[in-house]
Amino acid sequence: MAGEYDPQTFYDGLVRHGLIVPVGVPGAFGRGAVFEDVLERFNALVSQLARDDHAEVYTFPPVISRAVLEKVKYLDSFPHLCGAVYSFFGKEPEAKALAARVNEGQPWGDLLGITDVVMNPAACYPVYPSFSGTLPQAGRQVTMLNWVYRHEPSNEPTRMQSFRVREFVRAGTPAQVLAWRDLWLQRGLSLLVALGLPARAEVAADPFFGRGGKLLAINQKDQQLKFEVLVPVISAAEPTAVCSFNFHQEHFGTTFGIRTPDGHTASTACLGFGLERIVMALFRTHGFDPEGWPAQVRRQLWP
Amino acid sequence: MSAFTFVRLDARRASSGVLRLRTMDVTAKIRRILKEHGRLSLDADTLALNADLYEAGMTSHASVNVMLALEGEFDLEFPDHMLKRSVFDSIASISAAIGELQAAAA
Repeated sequence: MAGEYDPQTFYDGLVRHGLIVPVGVPGAFGRGAVFEDVLERFNALVSQLARDDHAEVYTFPPVISRAVLEKVKYLDSFPHLCGAVYSFFGKEPEAKALAARVNEGQPWGDLLGITDVVMNPAACYPVYPSFSGTLPQAGRQVTMLNWVYRHEPSNEPTRMQSFRVREFVRAGTPAQVLAWRDLWLQRGLSLLVALGLPARAEVAADPFFGRGGKLLAINQKDQQLKFEVLVPVISAAEPTAVCSFNFHQEHFGTTFGIRTPDGHTASTACLGFGLERIVMALFRTHGFDPEGWPAQVRRQLWP
Repeated sequence: MSAFTFVRLDARRASSGVLRLRTMDVTAKIRRILKEHGRLSLDADTLALNADLYEAGMTSHASVNVMLALEGEFDLEFPDHMLKRSVFDSIASISAAIGELQAAAA
């Protein structure tokens, strides 16, 4: 697709071609059949890359234990992105008051109470509690396809409140974990480039909250703990992160008591393919109709 | 920083004794904040001025809490260009940054 990069034009194009369906809330659109077909086919290519790794496969729901979110100190870093689930705990009179408020168009959030679950904000979080204890000699490797939630409503199509990540997690010694991270950085880049996407890798930082967050982000970059693979989707100057590779050092190992066989605290790393963003990058690069995509791209996705 | 900055700042007070007291005062306050927020594995009271605070156990998150506590204590705001690891990696570098900001505000 030729022309300027522009979020609104691209969003309108996705809607016009039935690829996404607006639902009245920014960043929460539905996905049409063609969009989903491309997404599943890309995900299958990732599975093929990982075939010989024999990672354990899990699926977790879009909510996780609030206790886990609290334990990993998510709110220390990302209070602005958190979505906690609140529900109604009252009896008849409170139920009547709640309905009355809602029907009158008044605010009603204060009549709800916090539950034991929160929206899962990172595809890797649900699995760490299951790593507690001593790892096998080869460490652990897990893959998941999870929905994640971030409270950042935006009309910009690549910034979604709810999206899917094809995630891989590795736990083991620092050497095991870093070698694995580097291998996947190469695999991820090669896959995207083979699909005709102008992808490149860059040292990155998480979107930490506030002024303190700037210091955290600079520390993270200095230590090269996070890499992203970027592809231009809505802007040439500021390409969109479509994959992220994160070395957590001993953060989760300490938090969840994960140890290597020699008794040391384990290191962990994770990487994720932002599936919707990659699909959007394909539509942006090759056009809204997959029938017209270059033959060498189609051959890989429709083998 | 900064000895120069301090001298200029304190020239009006016209006494090197005041300068020394002031620097000691700043250092003491930094040590107290490190004790309360730095989560150091070493004693902040006896740590060398140039000792690496990150090596002494200060995590990135602890450094944020140290930064915010310093801003409260000294009634200043670190500008964006000072929000970096090297500004918060020792008592001496923190003291230099504070001296620079106080001089600019004076």
